[in-house]
Amino acid sequence: MDAALFVPCYVDQIYPSVGLATADLLERLGVTVHFPEAQTCCGQPMANSGFFDDARPLAEKMLEVFAPYEHVVCPSGSCTSMVRNHYGMLLPRDPRVAALGAKTRELCEFLHDVLQVKPRGRFPHKVGLHQSCHGLRELRLGSGSERLVPAFSKTQALLENIEGLQLTELSRNDECCGFGGTFAVSEEAVSCAMGRDRIADHERAGSEIIAGADVSCLMHLDGLLRREKKPIRVLHVAELLEEATR
Amino acid sequence: MTGHAERAAEFVENEARLHWHDQAVWFVRNKRDIARSFVPEWEELRTLGSQIKAHTLSRLPAYLEQFERNARAAGAQVHWARDAEEHNRIVHGILERRSVTRLVKSKSMLTEECHLNEYLEKNGVEVVDTDLGERIVQFRREPPSHIVMPAIHLKKEEIGELFHEKLGTPAGLADPKALTEAARQHLREKFLGAQAGLTGVNFAIASTGGVVVCTNEGNADLGTSLPPIHIACMGVEKLVPSPRELAVFLRLLARSATGQPITTYTSHFHGPRSGAEMHVVIVDHGRSRILAREEYRNSLKCIRCAACMNTCPVYRRSGGHSYGVTVPGPIGSILAPHIDAKKHAGLPFASSLCGSCTDVCPVRIDLHHQLLTWRGELASRGLVPLGKRVVSRVGGWVLARTWAYRLFGKLARLFAPLLPNPWTRQRELPPMPRESFRAQWRKRGRAR
Repeated sequence: MDAALFVPCYVDQIYPSVGLATADLLERLGVTVHFPEAQTCCGQPMANSGFFDDARPLAEKMLEVFAPYEHVVCPSGSCTSMVRNHYGMLLPRDPRVAALGAKTRELCEFLHDVLQVKPRGRFPHKVGLHQSCHGLRELRLGSGSERLVPAFSKTQALLENIEGLQLTELSRNDECCGFGGTFAVSEEAVSCAMGRDRIADHERAGSEIIAGADVSCLMHLDGLLRREKKPIRVLHVAELLEEATR
Repeated sequence: MTGHAERAAEFVENEARLHWHDQAVWFVRNKRDIARSFVPEWEELRTLGSQIKAHTLSRLPAYLEQFERNARAAGAQVHWARDAEEHNRIVHGILERRSVTRLVKSKSMLTEECHLNEYLEKNGVEVVDTDLGERIVQFRREPPSHIVMPAIHLKKEEIGELFHEKLGTPAGLADPKALTEAARQHLREKFLGAQAGLTGVNFAIASTGGVVVCTNEGNADLGTSLPPIHIACMGVEKLVPSPRELAVFLRLLARSATGQPITTYTSHFHGPRSGAEMHVVIVDHGRSRILAREEYRNSLKCIRCAACMNTCPVYRRSGGHSYGVTVPGPIGSILAPHIDAKKHAGLPFASSLCGSCTDVCPVRIDLHHQLLTWRGELASRGLVPLGKRVVSRVGGWVLARTWAYRLFGKLARLFAPLLPNPWTRQRELPPMPRESFRAQWRKRGRAR
């Protein structure tokens, strides 16, 4: 199977290890990975700030860059949701929007739904799962605590066959970490208070590692953790699975 | 001008209070989760509630006129108010005709929205809010901080001090039971002396002309049973077609609001009791403007349960007053800009867009999408700060060109750690890698 990697701009520039882990993991699972180099950013930073006109050319670029591929895989729930759920608002009459939306999947979703694998490996650590909001509530990677539906989590399901991995039990399973894009800066006080509360929950639960499918949230949490010199580290699920299945 | 972010920063500064407030409100969210677990068809009920509201809003004029006819037939007088000012004038007119100078009120967010209390007080009417939380904030001369629990921002010790000053309770008394008893004695006097009672309306039934008021304290019942005049104030969106549909909302409301299966009192008023008079004031105050805009229409489905506030991680950590409007939280942030977009331009940005509000909403309002829609509208109307606009424009230009993006990315990795950056006031920047993903990918020779 062939798949094109959609590597969010901040992953490309600041977290290359997450992109590489994603590629390695997919290749290990038999996928031929392509990286179309013309890609830049999905436009979410502009769109979420209300500047739809500035985001539109980026959406159009994305539509063009990924048109030739059958599958598009992205190690971020938020950027995937941008492509799948919000491009329609930017380009309501473009037929390519639905096509790209239908073939673009967040990494955990791709592993769980398309490849239908549960990687075997070993990762002897206490891991706290951070469920990023857009993956959870806009892509439905999990059931979420608000709705009365049978409980499920695609991300958690992927970790089931990882030996030694112990998931910690949090008191608030899916509360937002407070990153929220430009919100992290424009509402800095609340944003950081939210992040510290998430960290405190993980400390109480005994997480050694906070793992998640969105590095943006993890960057925010990690920034707070390192400022306060706390021993917990953050890890993208791609990195965790890559390391565990090595 | 101070906006939500500045007021929120003040709220966050008191760390002990911040945690206490967050946990007090989260406790109610939790109660809601438990209460809805006993209703296996909860998600269908939400869909049904949403559909009934959509239907009712789609033929609102017809239902309003049907309600008016039936309410009149039941003996109530019906008044129409275009805006807050007209509403206040109408209420005052009713009181003036009967020389009323003492009014008791049960909780009504609409009258808060219209600033009725101030208006009546200026015109010589003593207004006493009889909901305990409302009375507390009225004593403090401040607005409610939450639409269901108006004094949720206050600790029992603070209420003890307030009651010591206002009601003469012993200094240092902070026992909730004793304080409530003191309030009860105080309010009883007010109930007995009142010449008119005013209530809000949770639901108005078109097919019967009746109105329904949901409370936990029974104060609406006392306030309408003792004095000879009952004034019920409602927004145009409170209509339901018939008692059959009402049942759906009664199941949704209290569970979503406080985690109770139903409110302690669900009082139905069909016309005045004998010898008394009943007035229903129907208020628009911007609602028909919302109705006319398809992208925001869903927000009129709101039944004011406050579940979106209780679940909102920003509301819980910034407090209701930080929003600067009568209805705070996610729903307030999409309603307020309709009244004054410039003044409330910051509110749609007071959210991390986590989407929890959308998933708790008992009538499935797409709250976080509407927040995003508002951001777009505010930006296109030039109501977003210039700095943000410039950053977005430049960022968009760079990101649309792969070469510029690569160059800018490299520069950013080199210089970001050296430049002043609001991110680093409380957080470390991530360590910057020497090479981007694409550079490393290319080196591995896997590029095509």
